[in-house]
Amino acid sequence: MRMNRRTGALALMIFACAVLLAVTLAGELASEPAGVTDFTRKNLPPSLAHLFGTDWMGRDMLERTLAGLSLSIRIGVLTAALSGAVALVLGTASAVFGGWVDALISWLIDLVLGIPHILLMLLISIACGRGTLGVTAGVALTHWPSLARLVREEVLQLKEATFLRAARRLGVSGGDVFVHHLLPHLLPQFLTGLILQFPHAILHEAGVTFLGFGLSPEQPAIGIILEESMGYLAAGRWWLALFPGLALVGVVALFALAGERLRLLLTPATAQE
Amino acid sequence: MEPILSVDRLSITFTRYGRGLSRVELPAIREVSLAVEPGQVTAVVGESGAGKSLLAHAILGLLPENARVEGTISYNGVPLTPERAEALRGREISLIPQGVTYLDPIMKVGQQLRRGRNDRSARARCRAALERYGLGPEVEERYPFELSGGMARRVLIACAVMDAPRLIVADEPTPGLDVKVAQRVLGHFRELAEEGAGVLFITHDLELACVVAHKVVVLREGRTVDEVPACCFQTGEGLSHPYSLALWRAMPKNGMEVSGL
Amino acid sequence: MRHRLQFTAKKLFCMALLLLGVSLTAFLLMAASPLDPLQTNIGQAALGTMSPEQIAKLEEYWGVNTPAAERYLGWLGDVLRGDFGTSLLYRRPVLEVIGQRLRASLGVLVCAWVLSGVLGLALGVLAGANRGRWPDRLVRGYCLTISSTPSFWLALLLLMVFAVWLKVLPIGFSGPVGVESVSLWERLRHAFLPGLTLSVTGMANIALHTREKVIDVLGSDYVLFARARGERGILRRHVLRNVALPAITLQFASVGEIIGGSVLVEQVFSYPGLGQAAVAAGLGGDLPLLLGITVITAAIVFAGNLIADLLYGVVDPRIRRGAARG
Repeated sequence: MRMNRRTGALALMIFACAVLLAVTLAGELASEPAGVTDFTRKNLPPSLAHLFGTDWMGRDMLERTLAGLSLSIRIGVLTAALSGAVALVLGTASAVFGGWVDALISWLIDLVLGIPHILLMLLISIACGRGTLGVTAGVALTHWPSLARLVREEVLQLKEATFLRAARRLGVSGGDVFVHHLLPHLLPQFLTGLILQFPHAILHEAGVTFLGFGLSPEQPAIGIILEESMGYLAAGRWWLALFPGLALVGVVALFALAGERLRLLLTPATAQE
Repeated sequence: MEPILSVDRLSITFTRYGRGLSRVELPAIREVSLAVEPGQVTAVVGESGAGKSLLAHAILGLLPENARVEGTISYNGVPLTPERAEALRGREISLIPQGVTYLDPIMKVGQQLRRGRNDRSARARCRAALERYGLGPEVEERYPFELSGGMARRVLIACAVMDAPRLIVADEPTPGLDVKVAQRVLGHFRELAEEGAGVLFITHDLELACVVAHKVVVLREGRTVDEVPACCFQTGEGLSHPYSLALWRAMPKNGMEVSGL
Repeated sequence: MRHRLQFTAKKLFCMALLLLGVSLTAFLLMAASPLDPLQTNIGQAALGTMSPEQIAKLEEYWGVNTPAAERYLGWLGDVLRGDFGTSLLYRRPVLEVIGQRLRASLGVLVCAWVLSGVLGLALGVLAGANRGRWPDRLVRGYCLTISSTPSFWLALLLLMVFAVWLKVLPIGFSGPVGVESVSLWERLRHAFLPGLTLSVTGMANIALHTREKVIDVLGSDYVLFARARGERGILRRHVLRNVALPAITLQFASVGEIIGGSVLVEQVFSYPGLGQAAVAAGLGGDLPLLLGITVITAAIVFAGNLIADLLYGVVDPRIRRGAARG
């Protein structure tokens, strides 16, 4: 059977998740050896023994990259889920209660969108005392507005939908309406939004860490690796920056692509092309 | 009389996704045949979803890329290929679309009518076309959102008669108009036919079709069920298909009986 | 006209309210920080050698013991009088620091903003008009790759290629900060890579959105009708005109992203601009400076939105004439 777009998108999504799982596991295994220093193999360019080369302390860059990616992925999943939860609660509240609640939440969204993302993340990270908590809170609390808007629009539309009004007339309870009617309509859109948040979350985590407001230098994060590599650029050690960054781009692009395919399938206007 | 347009067993199919991962072929129009003679108004009547607009788009060669077409459309006895349709569009074949959304919302009416040409003859023809439908020169300076429903419809008809077309395809040009305006619009179609053009009038309203058309083609679920002279619907005689008979019985003057539909 | 003025006044009021919210949010976040500014800036060891009086003096300087509400209200009162306070790190008025840094950044920011807008629009139209064919695939591939790439890593790559490998551009801003004798040529050489990075990353988003818009317009009823009438030059006559309106919004909405991007990019190129000052202020617990930067960048973002709204009223006949008719 030739693959059509739906099976293609599904296969891509499964592949992306498999890669994610593999990298996380590999990173878990690599985190121990990634910290091992060996001064007999300092600053080696990439070779068969060390595919990504080694750094100034003789650490294997492939192992460091895997460990860093694994950490980034876990933080990315966590923050995407957190911001998704915030978006779901605020978006639904905004649509269901309306009135001043809606006005307040809309104002809050404008506020968050008014401050450049990275600045707000830095501020939140500072408020939490930087570190893992800082970067997690920072990313989670800045990524919800667009998703919240989406949830709000969807719920508002559903609120007016005839079949829901009919269900209510027929005496179906609020909870049942939510579980059987609202959720199935909301879920695909919401999940796609969430999947598309994930690449952003990883990128921003790396950025905040790179600037020194996130994970601490002892942790093998990609942001830390790239920040450290800056000091060795002039010495021509290109592999310190190139491969870890490339690996990050690969993972992020894979998810962005899979998420985009899903979005196209779930958007009525483009679903049938 | 030699028809100016003849459609022979035209089928249009779309490929869509069904439930889950399967793909299904969705026929929108199935083996539709009809003919339009010059000087005549041929009405195509069918409920919404019967593929009427697709028929219009197919004649003009404007179907979306994922549509598959079978059968033939001939113009003046020669098959109408997409290339030929493109060459004839706006010269010999004109479309009168459904409503104001078919006008560019941020371009003045006059500019749209003239299609970007600003020479004296284009201006004169634009003026004349508007005037013919009782629209003054001030309308040229208006934007589409500043037109009333009836004015917009007349502007769209003016667009079609700018270049003295030989075939006019009118796609649901009356909904939303009050009876008086609608009747005037229909009069314009009759007039265009009297000047020698063939008019294909697509509508869901059988009664209107009977008023204006010489011949009525009934579509149901993408198929031609009947092709009869309009007068048949006056008396009910000569209607062969049960669906046409049911339609006839459902007309207001026949008691609006809806059984059997 | 009166309608327009009313609209502007209302927007300005909303903007002021939002700015107040921004300043309060930023202040609360910084005030909530458990990080001790004394320890971050002076260090545990140095603090240990100081006398209690010295420490008390430092604590007063960094505002450790004043209640948050009092500090915020004091700050707000000063700001309304045009005084953003004094930067604790640079020991100069905040406005002076921001002004100097903004001057350094402005050229890069404006160039990147204009370039990313123009190129993004062009790529978006190219992709949308050739939907599904190779130009579209190429542009979409580019946009996907760029939007999956951390801007600071791209900056690192460019630095490696142009400064380390080809040795045609300087590796960082080596000249002393604020020295006026730096020649224009030198400045351009330093500003080139940051500007390039910001343009390349900024245009991906604009291109993608423009592409969607172009596809929308091409699928619209009025383009169908224009084709049915055998019109020539539909792309220019209908598509570009109708895409120009959302492009205005998109362009002004990208102001915030460009400024945000500059924070990361300036760090890589050690470019002494506003973004770098924000990072330094954040790391050093310099509350007045970071607060000032946040409020002023937010003001720039909101002003951009306001300009977009006003431009819309001028360009879009539906609003221009509709408003005139009341």
